[in-house]
Amino acid sequence: MPIDKFVKLESTCVPLPIENVDTDQIIPARFLKATTREGFGDNLFADWRYDKSGNPKKDFVLNDTTYSGKVLVAGQNFGSGSSREHAAWAIVGYGFKAVVSSFFADIFKNNSLNNGLLPVQVSKEFLEELFQAIEKDPQAKVEIDLDNQKITLLPTGKSESFDINPYKKKCLLNGFDDIDYLLNINDEIEAWEKAHD
Amino acid sequence: MAGKTLFEKIWDKHVVTKVEGGPSVLYIDRHFVHEVTSPQAFAGLRDRGIQVRRPEKTVATADHNIPTLGQDQPIRDELSRFQVNKLAQNCEEFGVDLYGLNHKWNGIVHVIGPELGITRPGMTIVCGDSHTSTHGAFGSIAFGIGTSEVEMVMATQTLLQNKPRTMRINIEGDLQNGVVSKDIVLYIISQIGTGGATGYFVEFAGSAIRSLSMEARMTICNMSIEMGARGGMIAPDETTFEYVKGREFAPKGAEWEKALTEWRQLPSDEDAVFDKELNYKAADIEPMITYGTNPGMGIGISQSIPKLEDIEKSTQATFKKSMQYMDFQPGDAMIGKKVDYVFVGSCTNGRIEDLRAFASFIKGKKKADNVTAWIVPGSHQVEAQAEEEGIRQILEEAGFEMRQPGCSACLAMNDDKIPEGNYAVSTSNRNFEGRQGPGARTMLASPLTAAAAAITGKITDPRDFL
Ligand code: SF4
Repeated sequence: MPIDKFVKLESTCVPLPIENVDTDQIIPARFLKATTREGFGDNLFADWRYDKSGNPKKDFVLNDTTYSGKVLVAGQNFGSGSSREHAAWAIVGYGFKAVVSSFFADIFKNNSLNNGLLPVQVSKEFLEELFQAIEKDPQAKVEIDLDNQKITLLPTGKSESFDINPYKKKCLLNGFDDIDYLLNINDEIEAWEKAHD
Repeated sequence: MAGKTLFEKIWDKHVVTKVEGGPSVLYIDRHFVHEVTSPQAFAGLRDRGIQVRRPEKTVATADHNIPTLGQDQPIRDELSRFQVNKLAQNCEEFGVDLYGLNHKWNGIVHVIGPELGITRPGMTIVCGDSHTSTHGAFGSIAFGIGTSEVEMVMATQTLLQNKPRTMRINIEGDLQNGVVSKDIVLYIISQIGTGGATGYFVEFAGSAIRSLSMEARMTICNMSIEMGARGGMIAPDETTFEYVKGREFAPKGAEWEKALTEWRQLPSDEDAVFDKELNYKAADIEPMITYGTNPGMGIGISQSIPKLEDIEKSTQATFKKSMQYMDFQPGDAMIGKKVDYVFVGSCTNGRIEDLRAFASFIKGKKKADNVTAWIVPGSHQVEAQAEEEGIRQILEEAGFEMRQPGCSACLAMNDDKIPEGNYAVSTSNRNFEGRQGPGARTMLASPLTAAAAAITGKITDPRDFL
């Protein structure tokens, strides 16, 4: 699936200061019965977001109009648990373009990158500053500059650089996907098979 | 030059090429497919107008959505039925073997791969499912992938992967009576946390690991994902070869001899260097139980839930949320807590050895009246063997019901949901909020601890009965 290009993003943030947010919370299993990639955004964080009758729970951040934006800021070890890519689809489907945390689970990170969602891993200190800044002013914006691998908290100008695999960076900047790349090296794959099969 | 680790030997052999400054292109020997994470990948192939490149290296099963009662009837839940049917259509269209509902080889994907001899040492194995790490118990590189990656493997039989770092976890010595492999892995996770091995591929080693059966090794590798690891693995040895030999898809005759020679070369060299190494003593491990909402929140069964002040500051909010969800108080003892449900099954503990352990524990006793118990074999073959060994009868005499195979209450995509607010002792791998049904409260444990809970109706130390 071709992905959206990601170059630079300036946005307010939605804070979720909880650690170990697992993919069962991001999208509970009972919503995994769809056979397409669309529509998961409606059930993002479903059990935290809606009560039993499906009404929005007031105290959950996605239902709090104070906060909005394309950047989700979450506690450490975000996306642990199941490999369900539906978690990334739900976050993208809801309208987020980036997730900031001090630590991401491996498979979630790959799944995000494969869907044009940028995982931005920052230090614990920077994450704490972000949470505080957002609490102080929900309109506080961050700028995420993929080319320079830099995230800046605009009200204070404080910035930090983040890591990304150079290959994945190129894919995101250009909207390339891995399968196109792999289909293009078919000769090499065939050669490996001849030697090993 | 230092020797190579088990992981490096397999990895290096399977690298087709390396992207400049980027990941490696890794050749995949076996691709397991199930109904939940594959439909979008098949659709992707269709959109691109391409085929499954090596259908003979691909095998599918339906396990997540299927009911555990009345499998001969059409699935009642419309969406589940649609998804399972979709898998059958996709497999038909793309020429992939499917062991679907009612097939004699149907079962949980991580149970059937090994029992059919499809999973073998030295292989690279993937599946759109995080517990693919299970197959690492055979000395293979096995890990879970997302759906975009499922499509990648279907299209090219390769995967772009960054080489993870390597970790070895050594468990030395003899286990206490009543302590089994599930306790070992819950213990490790409680020590290093759910992110403790993120970025690593873990090799489990040491005398306590070498003495385990294949089923027990699978339980450990299965849960390596719960410590954040990319995957887990155990060096193949005579126990491994003995298990694989003679199975449906295992090599036979001269092929077998050739394979054995290769497999014997796989274990990590004496002088191999790991990026990180951890050591634990088997004797320190008690029967384990979890009290919170991630698998790292586990303690020895005789211990108490940590107090708030024992928890790191930054984690306190998360800890409190978890206590609230479980309706437990910090500092509470686990022994004696009430239990409403017992679930024995899943790709962690749904194998014949697990059913045997459970059955021998409860034999001649009676299920507590306040407990609803679901005993769900991991596959039809496990079910048939349990039947043959008289396990079903032992269970029934003690008031238990053995259901039909599937993932069942491990993730509650079918009707097997623990009701809101109820407490379940579960032999599965995840105690996340809502994992076993909205509002369900899960305590992870071994089949022995589950058995002790099932007959007493509360959290009980299984050693009291041994
Ligand atoms: S038994 Fe549970 S963990 Fe295993 S494959 Fe099924 S849902 Fe996943």
